Amino acid sequence: MTAEQTTIPVTAEAVEDALLSFLAERVKASVAPDQDLFGSGLVSSMFAMQLVVHLEESYDIAIIGPELKLDNFRTVQAMTRLVLRLRDASG
Amino acid sequence: MDTDQPDHRLTIVGGGVMGTNIAALAIGHGIPVALADISEAALARARGSIAQKVRHAQLMGALPPDRSLGDLVTSTSLRDVAEATAVIEAVTERTETKAKVLAEVSAIIGPGTTLISNTSCIPIDELAGSVMRGDELVGVHFMNPSYLITMVEVIRGPRTSDDTMDAVIALLTSLGRQALVVRDAPGFVINRLLHPLINSAAMLVDEGVASAEVVDGLLEGCLGHSTGPLRTADLIGLDNLVDSLNVLYERRGDESCRPCELLLRKVREGNLGRKAGRGFYDYGGVAS
Repeated sequence: MTAEQTTIPVTAEAVEDALLSFLAERVKASVAPDQDLFGSGLVSSMFAMQLVVHLEESYDIAIIGPELKLDNFRTVQAMTRLVLRLRDASG
Repeated sequence: MDTDQPDHRLTIVGGGVMGTNIAALAIGHGIPVALADISEAALARARGSIAQKVRHAQLMGALPPDRSLGDLVTSTSLRDVAEATAVIEAVTERTETKAKVLAEVSAIIGPGTTLISNTSCIPIDELAGSVMRGDELVGVHFMNPSYLITMVEVIRGPRTSDDTMDAVIALLTSLGRQALVVRDAPGFVINRLLHPLINSAAMLVDEGVASAEVVDGLLEGCLGHSTGPLRTADLIGLDNLVDSLNVLYERRGDESCRPCELLLRKVREGNLGRKAGRGFYDYGGVAS
């Protein structure tokens, strides 16, 4: 983790904005916070794992056990809830 | 936990993309794995890759919920393969390399140990000449990623026995895989069809007829391919693809299998596909 990343405030709005920017850059398309990323074909199963690693590294969380399921990554909103839940649990 | 699983113990030789794929598949299905490769550095990379792939399989709901993970041990010594019920060779797709490894493994393992080559192109009977018991050698062409794609191509060589076929099907069933069996030939079925298609797709890009995105977009959108040929190439690894095309070209003389200049150039430049972070597509420099 870089010093720059640790300064990102971990609010729902900040996490959502950061994820929307990340996705726009990586999938070369604008996505809505409640859009089903897998159902719309924008995100492949290979990219799903990159999302897991990206969230773990960006927010210093471990996504393991029952939290490691596709439904937690289906939308930007679901990923945002996951990050906040795991941050709260570890804090 | 499910206690009815037969007592499979798998050894995998080669910790590259396919070796780690198959290891993750087996571990995720509760089957213990011993992985051999030539260096500690390669084994360290493989352990990290296997752990990520098991997580990927869990993420995608691709593992049976009623089995605990199998153990993983790694070694630079082939002697550690002797206790396995089956050995899978997953080394570089070059005939001499595979033949050498299979010969070494064959000299160590006991009769009744199923010997599997994960070759994607080389005829099984060519490899059978290098092993002590050719009737115990069978080809299993796992797809990539092996833990997500249920179907596998099983190649029965002319010497492969009924007992070996029964054993490999039982192993694949324990791994949750579905087998379609074909006879021996260069490239078998899948790569006899797929590799010339990918090579032609790369030629179209090189000639400026269309970009990689457009070639893939047409095959995905018009022909219903779930992954276009050039995205598939990046997943296979362009160096492996060139090796396999050479196997086909040398054996069949089919000009559509002579690796095209764009493929060769990308391999020379180290743009090997997903595993290098860049191939026909840019993966942000992140190997995946």
